[in-house]
Amino acid sequence: MPDPILSIKNLTVIFKTRSGDVPVIDDVSFSIAPREILGIVGESGCGKTMTSLAIMRLMPEQGKITSGSIRLSGEDLVVASEARMCGLRGNEISMVFQEPMSALNPVFSVGEQIAEVLKTHQGLSNSEAREHAIELLESVKIPLPSQRANDYPHQLSGGMRQRVMIAIALACKPKVLIADEPTTALDVTVQAHIFELLHELRDQTGTSIILITHDMASVAEMAERVMVMYAGRKVEEGPVEEILKNPLHPYTQGLIRCVPHLMETISPERKDLHEIPGIVPPISHFGRNECLFAPRCCFVEDRCLNQRPLDSKRAAKHLTACWQENTNFEKVFA
Amino acid sequence: MIVPVPVLEVNNLKVYFPTKRKHFFEVHSHIHAVDGVSLKVEFGKTLGLVGESGSGKTTTGLAIARLVQASSGSVKIMGKEVLGLEGEELRVQRKHIQYVFQDPYSSLNPRLRAGRLVREALDRLKIGHTTERSIRVNELFRQVGLSREHERLFPHQFSGGQRQRLGIARALASHPDLLICDEPVSALDVAVQAQILNLLRRLQKEMGLTYLFISHDLGVVQHMCDEIAVMYVGQIVEQADRISLFKNPMHPYTKGLLASVPSADPNRRKKTQIQIYGEPPSPIDPPLGCRFSSRCQLAEERCHFETPLLRKIKANQKVACHLI
Repeated sequence: MPDPILSIKNLTVIFKTRSGDVPVIDDVSFSIAPREILGIVGESGCGKTMTSLAIMRLMPEQGKITSGSIRLSGEDLVVASEARMCGLRGNEISMVFQEPMSALNPVFSVGEQIAEVLKTHQGLSNSEAREHAIELLESVKIPLPSQRANDYPHQLSGGMRQRVMIAIALACKPKVLIADEPTTALDVTVQAHIFELLHELRDQTGTSIILITHDMASVAEMAERVMVMYAGRKVEEGPVEEILKNPLHPYTQGLIRCVPHLMETISPERKDLHEIPGIVPPISHFGRNECLFAPRCCFVEDRCLNQRPLDSKRAAKHLTACWQENTNFEKVFA
Repeated sequence: MIVPVPVLEVNNLKVYFPTKRKHFFEVHSHIHAVDGVSLKVEFGKTLGLVGESGSGKTTTGLAIARLVQASSGSVKIMGKEVLGLEGEELRVQRKHIQYVFQDPYSSLNPRLRAGRLVREALDRLKIGHTTERSIRVNELFRQVGLSREHERLFPHQFSGGQRQRLGIARALASHPDLLICDEPVSALDVAVQAQILNLLRRLQKEMGLTYLFISHDLGVVQHMCDEIAVMYVGQIVEQADRISLFKNPMHPYTKGLLASVPSADPNRRKKTQIQIYGEPPSPIDPPLGCRFSSRCQLAEERCHFETPLLRKIKANQKVACHLI
């Protein structure tokens, strides 16, 4: 494996709450190679978005990185100055958000918004920036880019807006693109195009992509590697095919089994869906020295409640944080 | 118990909304939200309505429940026409159709305790004796997997899944003939979705419920529905039973829609993808001909001028396409 472009080691982010400090990201390590697409999955409230905000150093005020390192091409972002971060954001790492409508400014035309990035980060002149903005709109496959550049966000459809967001994010050819649920608000037909676009752009520019989603199928379609998060911790990590076929952590198994997948063969009889009982624990439980999934787990035993399981390597590149050596899994995908 | 009349029979339902005029003399344009939809749902079955956003699936549901005014057509519940009903008659009729809304956060009154919320349906529709109502509320809570203690809590004290259970309990209070579920799980987390879908299926088996299930998630529809109607810009383009539709989709739009769904099944993913390009036409005074023709890769001359009718192609499959 080539040297990772972004490597996160033992990252811990705490949130100050009324009941004390709680780790919303708890000792998480992962890395991403150049050109790689990594999927991060989990339910809401598991720390997926917070991880990406920590990488961008855009956490809300009450959040603080207390330990660990985030190395982007060797440079530690945890200790970088705010001015340095401003230089890196957009240029080296950028982000696409879930809601394209609320992420775009309604009073500027989309062309101006793309040009703004180029002027600020690359010091282009007005006319150069506009020209380049139109090229970018073309590269994200917006028809009639020179006319569309004058449109305001409300004049575009949801899919078009998300394309504009991607154009803005890719304006300065970042090394890492974080896409936080980029297609959740979009129709499936549009989603398919956005995924195709992201793949193509990755192939052309060599950008690494972190795709944050709750949908295993999207990860299967897009990513090469997947990391599953639960309650601020990484519970499993490995190549996508391997995880789908042979998930080891009971939470990953549950996530795969609880969704009615569209399969190649469709059976006349329909079994009940697998249920993961309960919900994600409240944030005040985060950081306890126990397996936080234990209350919802069917394999739970004493030590799960007394000690936090650490990452253990089960196969090449396949890590899981579970005390159980043998978690039987009724295969969903052959 | 098998009822010979279908629980729901919709014929040529149209819902048009006038658009705003730019000046006084301009002729009103209309948004053709639902344009000639016909459906039938038999007792104890689930009919799925799928389509992209803006295809008119929610408006169809709302019009059937008399929550928006239909422009023309007929909607029969257990053989009884409901579109013309007014006043007291309509209020009584509402017992028979109930609605589960998409967003369990905004569809529950934050000022009412859970017990009152569910009881309100009984009070308003004057169902049962006042003393029996609390017993019924108790029973409903048990049926949807909530406990007695939950009755005293306010909506904000519940999780998303529990709120949707409340929404279902409220809808079931009047023993409706038809339950319209409008995207009942799309606001919920994946793990909670499974709980609610299982609950809906269990209730259907136990109580003999009939569902109109509106969703954009084809995986969920495939799991929940016995029959599926695919909508596109206010019209049904294909209608078939579950197996036929997913095994052998015939309309180019259905094919493209199914191919767009990402899949975790490696065997399904290997297939070459048929993609749908562009965007649906505006539903404001839509053009003649097949509404999908502007995006259809197979479209011929006549597709742009002649409107294809929904024709029976196989025993359980109807398609509106000239080329089939």
